[in-house]
Amino acid sequence: MVNITVNGTQHQVDLEPDTPLLWVIRDAVGLTGTKFGCGIAQCGACTVHVNGQAMRSCSVPIGALEGATVTTIEGLSTDSKHPVQQAWLAEDVPQCGYCQSGQIMATVAFLKQNPNPTDADIDNNITNICRCGTYERLRRAIHRAADLMKA
Amino acid sequence: MDGNRIMPNTSRRSFIVTAATVAGGFAVGIGPLSRLAKAAVVGVQPWDTDAHNANEIDAWIAIDPDDSVLIRYQRSEMGQGSMTAVPMMLVEELQCDWSKVRIEYASPNRNLREKKVYGDMFSNGSRTIKGSQVKVQQVGASARERLIAVAATRWNVAPTECSVKNGVVTHTASGRSFRYGELAPDAAKVKLDKEPAIKTPDQYTFIGTPMPRMDVPHKINGAAKFGIDAQIPDMVYAAINASPVPGGKLKSVDESVLANAPGILKVVKLDNAVAVVATGSYWRAKQALAKLQPEWDTNGAGGIDSAQLSKDFHDALDGPMQSARNTGDVDQAIKGAAKTIEAVYETPYLSHSPMEPMNATVHLQADRLDVWVGTQDALDATEAAAKASGLEEENVYIHNAFVGGGFGRRDASDEIIQAIQVAKVVQKPVKLIWTREEDTRQDKFRPHAVVRFKAAVDKDGMPTAWDIRVVTSSILNSVGRVIPGMKGPEPMAVAGLSNNGYTIPNQRVQASIKNTHLPVWFWRAPGANQHTYAIESFLDEIAAASNLDPYQLRRKLLADKPDWVKVLDLAAEKGDWGKPLPKGTGRGIAICEDTGSLCAQVAEVTVSAKGDVKVNRVTVALDTRIQVNPLSIAEQAEGSVIFGLSAALYGKITVKNGVPVQGNFDTYRMVRLAEAPRIDVHLMPSGGKLWGGAGEPAVPPIGGAVANAIFAATGKRIRSFPIMDHDLSGSA
Repeated sequence: MVNITVNGTQHQVDLEPDTPLLWVIRDAVGLTGTKFGCGIAQCGACTVHVNGQAMRSCSVPIGALEGATVTTIEGLSTDSKHPVQQAWLAEDVPQCGYCQSGQIMATVAFLKQNPNPTDADIDNNITNICRCGTYERLRRAIHRAADLMKA
Repeated sequence: MDGNRIMPNTSRRSFIVTAATVAGGFAVGIGPLSRLAKAAVVGVQPWDTDAHNANEIDAWIAIDPDDSVLIRYQRSEMGQGSMTAVPMMLVEELQCDWSKVRIEYASPNRNLREKKVYGDMFSNGSRTIKGSQVKVQQVGASARERLIAVAATRWNVAPTECSVKNGVVTHTASGRSFRYGELAPDAAKVKLDKEPAIKTPDQYTFIGTPMPRMDVPHKINGAAKFGIDAQIPDMVYAAINASPVPGGKLKSVDESVLANAPGILKVVKLDNAVAVVATGSYWRAKQALAKLQPEWDTNGAGGIDSAQLSKDFHDALDGPMQSARNTGDVDQAIKGAAKTIEAVYETPYLSHSPMEPMNATVHLQADRLDVWVGTQDALDATEAAAKASGLEEENVYIHNAFVGGGFGRRDASDEIIQAIQVAKVVQKPVKLIWTREEDTRQDKFRPHAVVRFKAAVDKDGMPTAWDIRVVTSSILNSVGRVIPGMKGPEPMAVAGLSNNGYTIPNQRVQASIKNTHLPVWFWRAPGANQHTYAIESFLDEIAAASNLDPYQLRRKLLADKPDWVKVLDLAAEKGDWGKPLPKGTGRGIAICEDTGSLCAQVAEVTVSAKGDVKVNRVTVALDTRIQVNPLSIAEQAEGSVIFGLSAALYGKITVKNGVPVQGNFDTYRMVRLAEAPRIDVHLMPSGGKLWGGAGEPAVPPIGGAVANAIFAATGKRIRSFPIMDHDLSGSA
């Protein structure tokens, strides 16, 4: 039994300790905004924040997370008003949308570390895959979010 | 049980909240979208409720007393934006208030029960808009006229004395008015003597306006429901491996290794696959499946590898061919030519690899089957599900979800069939998910193709003839829809080749179909996505051999097609064609016609001393003839460039011992942000009566534009994809 807090709510997880956080979030907690894309931390569709750090939840076993605080896309804001979400909306970023929870969660953590990113900073740090190829708008949205966060 | 009861559809109350969020969202938006503060909405669960709305005018439209308008969208939303654009076409005629519109998927089941009231329900071939346009405009116009008829009757005036605007019918002379919400119940009963004429493109006032897609607000907060997100009470999870050698069968599997595995409900043996079903989490099923070591009968394909397939395809270049185009006298022109040029191009198998792996959730009962899935073809899904379950189609309910990437892959229904087969055994609702490796290796691939070109060139260096021979596999054969008595090769085998736009007097295009054990399928811009690279590179070879500028050569060969020249010119101008570049950097150009649209692209590429290729910038000129939502069209063009670029730079599925080798994104590489070029899209709709597609036409040119830019930068000609397999070190 592992105790974790997801988006402010405490959960006791009764799954094997090797179960990745991704499947705990999706199948036990029941939040489906965090997506399964690859299972080997390649694509980033499953990105969440664990104790404030962006992590690819498909590769983090729940057994290592006793007492951890997890934020998923659903916990980022109650009203989609987080500056990163607002920037995504303004740039009309998502197409199929499947990777975008992960893109947004990765960006939120990245902008905390680097509030004034250059294009090169973004390229080096946001490595999530978008198969629809929304990168042009995604890059613009990251800059816009950085501006909104300063405003 | 229906979808409504399992997961209550978004209530009216939450629709209001959603609308407020959208409005609030755009209030902070800067730039061109900010003026579009009011937007239509779709629920987070887009599927229908299978319930007839009490305020229906017909199967497509319901108008509530408060004037909110429900529009049912009959195709799929996979990011291409048609769930916004198709209702825009309806609203163009209905003349209701866009901010009061909400959208849900039309019910495929209802379509079957009510004489195909929604018509076709697929999204493929860039045909959602053009295939829906006449029908939805007619539906909107008819509803508008029936609303007017009700108002006119109440006022005892002629309908021609009334006008409509923004959901209000007004009697022009008296100024009296009714809101649509006041008229709808009676409008449902009106039968018009004659259906009204629909608007022609020159009369459009709403179509052509850039509108934010209504699915986007649900895709920034995790709310949008994809097929993989379905949650059904008592649901169990299934992971599956089909025969690693496509076409193989399951011989045996030793289940005893799972004796201590937690939560395992059942190992299900299918004809060509083995599935593990678990309670509690998909992970349990996935882990247990990985422990199994099934024995397979490889159906004689266990020795096949890529080198052999490539040799077979090359050998077939000299074999018999079917003719797709034969104008002039190619042999004579080549015999008398000042010079001939010859080259062979090869493109590999590719996987579709949508971000959402294939999955389906099914609830099979004695007299009813519910399926939650993201599909590009809900009617094909219905047919396949009925067959697999043994139920009548009218008892099958496909609840289409937001589709997490399609690209042609989700035209097939193999994952649904598997889920039903598993559900039959375990007698519980089942969510079946493919691993990423399964998704890649059990794909129905983009075909492998080998193309040989031979051109005759006159003393001025201009081509006078070309002879094009292609060897590839039949998509229709894999689909099981070979057209009986079809003359010549199937269109996909020669797309991008036989329909090239160039005025060359002698042209022969032929194809030889060579099918292998690998199933092949429609893959975004089928045929054209690979053949355009080949033909546009070969044309560049002619330009280089003749010492002509590649852009000017194309211009001359397209001189009698002003619409092509305009597109080419704009790409060249905006892409800075001819402007100086540093050493190691080059520009390439390519053009195609695909799905009725014209697209030209200029790519600027830098090749480092080590041979690394960096695509800096891509300029796109796109003529879709008519535009419904220019914002989505631009987005599709941007995405198409990236999609085609992943294929050009990295994409290949190879085969060893009959098994597709690449599995996950570590071995099947995708373009990421760091490799993504700046993309400038220039839309230039030329109008007219023909409607072009938007989802595919910007895929074919990118490979050729990049390959030609590499030649400009290095002098090295790329005659096969992917580019990463070529050593370009020291060439720049």
